Amino acid sequence: MNKEEYLKDITEIKNMMNKSSRFLSLSGLSGILAGIYALTGAAFAYYLFEKSGRDYIILDSQVFRYILIDLFVVALLSIATAIFLSVKKAKKNNEILWNGTSKRLLTAFMTPLLTGGIYIIIKIFTHHYGLTGSLMLIFYGLALVNASKYTIGNVKYLGYIEIILGLLCAIFPGYGFWFWVLGFGAMHILYGSLIYLKHDRQE
Amino acid sequence: MKNIIHNINKAFDHRIRLGIMSILVVNEFADFKMLKELLGVTDGNLASHTKALEKEAYINVEKSFIGRKPNTKYSVTKKGRDAFKKHVEAIEKLLKQ
Repeated sequence: MNKEEYLKDITEIKNMMNKSSRFLSLSGLSGILAGIYALTGAAFAYYLFEKSGRDYIILDSQVFRYILIDLFVVALLSIATAIFLSVKKAKKNNEILWNGTSKRLLTAFMTPLLTGGIYIIIKIFTHHYGLTGSLMLIFYGLALVNASKYTIGNVKYLGYIEIILGLLCAIFPGYGFWFWVLGFGAMHILYGSLIYLKHDRQE
Repeated sequence: MKNIIHNINKAFDHRIRLGIMSILVVNEFADFKMLKELLGVTDGNLASHTKALEKEAYINVEKSFIGRKPNTKYSVTKKGRDAFKKHVEAIEKLLKQ
């Protein structure tokens, strides 16, 4: 065998290692869109809150219910977009979307996220909602760090940033809304763009 | 030079066998279907290559049933991992020359 053949061997080894252990069909565009949804949702919540004319939120109020629906819509749209674009990207790259790797990715991601989600809901129902923004950021960050070993590497750093924002948010709970906007809006757009430039565009 | 050639492993001479080993060293195990999809080969082709690696005791084969469907799981042995590592190091050395 000549040098070129060995080079091909090394490429094949790397390719198989990555393909079999990492889910690479994550789309940068879905990150950007998730950020835009989050910013739109936040703007809507801010508008509702301003219109209510109070500087606090009452749990049984109409405003609070609208904000919950608003949050839910943002989350649903983000997930739907991520799935839709991943399916598209996987098809384009001739990869199978639902395999061992994507299952592991999902398990690693959902375990901290669901734990956090349920914990936050319990806290809200017992009227401890002061740290909701902080908890959302922290658990989302942990989910990203945990899932990063099964997908594009730099997702880990987005996770660390979300955790730090969550902790800062716990120190300054009055600014929870703005930390949330920064973590779920701005950071998603920034990171989505980075992934898009690094992984999507060259194809 | 002679030493490096000595470390190039004949068992990994085929790209599909190389692919099987690459997948197994980074995964706890892989089943037949997963290997087939990743490598894009036919059943018979894959079976002959896994058999060759099994004969060298580089991989473990574990047959079981999921419901009524037969399921074959492959994992790398200690011997296989060492041999693969040596092989990759030998290729890298060759390429550096």
